[in-house]
Amino acid sequence: MLEVNDLQVSYGVINAIKGVSFSVERGEIIALIGSNGAGKTTILHTVTGLIPAKAGSIMFEGRELTKTPAHKIVGMGMAHVPEGRRIFGELSVYENLKLGAFTLSDKKIIEKNLQYVYELFPRLKERKKQIAGTLSGGEQQMLAMGRALMSNPKIILMDEPSMGLSPILVSEIFEIIKEVSADGTTILLVEQNAKKALSISDRAYVLETGKIVLSGDAKELMNNEQIKKAYLGE
Amino acid sequence: MSFLSYFITGVSLGGIYALIALGYTMVYGIAKMLNFAHGDVIMIGGYIAFVALSSMHTSVFTATVMSIVVCILLGVLIEKIAYRPLRDASPLAILITAIGVSYFLQNVALLIFGSAAKSFTSVVPKIKLNLPVNITGETIVTIIVTIIIAVLLTLFVNRTKSGKAMLAVSEDRGAAQLMGINVNNTISLTFAIGSGLAAVASILLCSTYPQISPYTGAMPGIKAFTAAVFGGIGSIPGAMVGGIVLGIIESLSKAYISSQLSDAIVFAVLILILLIKPTGLFGKKINEKV
Repeated sequence: MLEVNDLQVSYGVINAIKGVSFSVERGEIIALIGSNGAGKTTILHTVTGLIPAKAGSIMFEGRELTKTPAHKIVGMGMAHVPEGRRIFGELSVYENLKLGAFTLSDKKIIEKNLQYVYELFPRLKERKKQIAGTLSGGEQQMLAMGRALMSNPKIILMDEPSMGLSPILVSEIFEIIKEVSADGTTILLVEQNAKKALSISDRAYVLETGKIVLSGDAKELMNNEQIKKAYLGE
Repeated sequence: MSFLSYFITGVSLGGIYALIALGYTMVYGIAKMLNFAHGDVIMIGGYIAFVALSSMHTSVFTATVMSIVVCILLGVLIEKIAYRPLRDASPLAILITAIGVSYFLQNVALLIFGSAAKSFTSVVPKIKLNLPVNITGETIVTIIVTIIIAVLLTLFVNRTKSGKAMLAVSEDRGAAQLMGINVNNTISLTFAIGSGLAAVASILLCSTYPQISPYTGAMPGIKAFTAAVFGGIGSIPGAMVGGIVLGIIESLSKAYISSQLSDAIVFAVLILILLIKPTGLFGKKINEKV
């Protein structure tokens, strides 16, 4: 459903992404792993239009995204949980979730999505009136994920959902990602925590300084000696 | 005149500053730029009302609507032509452009209307008011209009989808786009609202000080900008409170200290407040990214 072909992105004269290709099929969980600065976040930002591509193509369900303005992409069924969560800290939890459904107008569907999010994250329901900026890091991550789910996405792009969270919370968040996937949403996961990411993914791509150096079945990559040394700390 | 009448006059003057300050603060909050041409949009609004009233002999209502419509179009056009191409440019480039737009508008007015001030007939009918304090009809109308606009604007921002989009864009432009919010349209809407309020302010201003010249907008513009900073730039309640406090300070200094020194006093108070609370009265503290 998502087909990225020979994508190149540059910041001024620096080529951050040097010809990256990958694909995501419906229903999969795909992990994009790599160390800090490899270009993972840049790729996600380019897919959802926040950064322009220099060359290459990004096809989503037969439509070219590199020419689509950022605000039109969520309406096509692609949600993005950005790095650092980027929730609206001055608005309440409920207002944040409502903004997630900005492109929807049917009140019944919005209400249904809201109930789904509250079911996945009961803590958000308890705190719906709280100002989002006062939530803990884990709760903010839940809110960012819930906000993305409010738009009825076919695919969710998740950028470092484990960042800055305690191991228990990381496990909780990854359980929820599995649940969302089981409910039929395709997931493209960007992670530095390679072990966790590979453990829930179907396939994975390994990114190093703007290039994909390895790809394949997630279970196989987990047993790859190179990966073990470089990313799994074994 | 009594203290109370100076005070009420100050509230009214402050109401005008508040209406103008709202334009500065909303544009700053959402587009992250200082629109120094805002004061001159006020001047244009005043001239439109002047032409409508004295040459076309329209009703006050028609003149007000004409002034609002022209200012909205002008504000949106300025944003589109002058500021939008610089959306990702350095703040300094945008600031200089804004100053350029300001001079451009002043010179257009100079070309069309000349440099001499023209007398503006107040839109408020002269009625003898039987009040215990000595205040004018303009003062009362200004206060009422300011209150109505403050309430409507607060409702709009907090209760409507477009208002929520404005809050989202002001907080995080990128994240707002990820929600499906069209940032360009939201910024245009912000300029439209700010310029519409400037038109209302211009008519109230020209009725209170019954004349208009190409420089009419400059001083109130600077003072309203001061009010916006005073209240905490980017904050809507801040602009309202800042404007009114500034008006009261100005009116009381004119009455009790010196009318020549009143502007100096106003700006001195601003410096004092910013020394004590650099983000202004309602300013948000800048959060460190963790």
